[in-house]
Amino acid sequence: MNHEWPLFEVFVRAKRGLNHVHVGSLRAADHTMALHHARDLYTRRNEGVSIWVVRSDDVVSSGPDDKEPFFAPSGDKAYRHPTYYAIPDSVPHI
Amino acid sequence: MLDFEDTIARDQRIEPRDPMPEAYRKTMIRQIAQHAHSEIIGMQPEGEWITRAPTLRRKAILLAKVQDEAGHGLYLYSAAETLGADRGDLTTRLIEGRQKYSSIFNYPTLTFADVGVIGWLVDGAAICNQVPLCRSSYGPYGRAMIRICKEESFHQRQGYELLMTMMRGTDVQREMVQDAVNRWWWPSLMMFGPPDGDSPNTAQSMAWKIKRHTNDELRQRFVDMSVPQAVSLGVTLPDPALRWNEERGHHDFGTPDWDELKRVISGDGPMNAARITRRRQAHEDGAWVRAAAAAHARKKAS
Repeated sequence: MNHEWPLFEVFVRAKRGLNHVHVGSLRAADHTMALHHARDLYTRRNEGVSIWVVRSDDVVSSGPDDKEPFFAPSGDKAYRHPTYYAIPDSVPHI
Repeated sequence: MLDFEDTIARDQRIEPRDPMPEAYRKTMIRQIAQHAHSEIIGMQPEGEWITRAPTLRRKAILLAKVQDEAGHGLYLYSAAETLGADRGDLTTRLIEGRQKYSSIFNYPTLTFADVGVIGWLVDGAAICNQVPLCRSSYGPYGRAMIRICKEESFHQRQGYELLMTMMRGTDVQREMVQDAVNRWWWPSLMMFGPPDGDSPNTAQSMAWKIKRHTNDELRQRFVDMSVPQAVSLGVTLPDPALRWNEERGHHDFGTPDWDELKRVISGDGPMNAARITRRRQAHEDGAWVRAAAAAHARKKAS
């Protein structure tokens, strides 16, 4: 066995008002240890106020091959964007 | 692979699940692993001085620095794992001598002045090498390098400050600093790798944008940066050929002993065997801790 511990993905909230952002991964025996390791590894200089850890094998992601069917539909729905609508320049605040 | 070539051409990043040529994947794993190993082995030369630091302040600084090196190694193993590598397997390769690390860590740290000179010159050279890598075409590597570069700046400055303090001290302390500079200058120049004419992989790495400047360009930049710093400090760089070249707008300097670099890389440096022995010992000594933590986690989960 090469490694005894599973892989965890780490997300850090840099400060109040911001989202948690993915910063990397680490190995730990369980979630509690993963949190402690994440604190030691990714927040040595006040980089965060909150941490999430998630087992890497619990993450489900879209693949690069999904690009067309998965993300294409929004491309032909221009009417979802405000610039689609022509409004005269003389109309204020819109 | 059209997507890959196109992404590189547009100077965009390659992300873990994107299609990539097998040779790119292998090269990236090797580059990131060697870099990670260098950070981990790099804890040893300075770690020797933690218990012998002259003041509590210097001890706290050195502890924080060595902890950073461990952190850098872990950021990089994390990046390597996004390419399908396994960090346990990479550690095995390091311990068995199948993967390399930077030649610089195979030199001994004889006095406390070495701690300062490593910060100033070795970390200075590392910064020269690493800043362009923040723009590596491989996304996770570039992002790890951004974190690392932010922290390296503290490493270099603490080293230079340490040396300034010693230079204000006694004659013996000033001699220690000069002696350390004499021993570390040439190995620091070797950190940039062999001369361009003798670096067969450079062209491919530049094309893939995993290397942004040639070895000789970076070496020149490092020499030009270091000369005024040496003057400020009051030390002499041990190279009689070192002088300003008005025409080129750069310093001319002597040729490092490339045979020495080859010897040290191939395992025959002063400290190669000791570094690997120590790393293997730490890995073996930690085995029961890793096993116990895993057993505890299993027990709690059931």
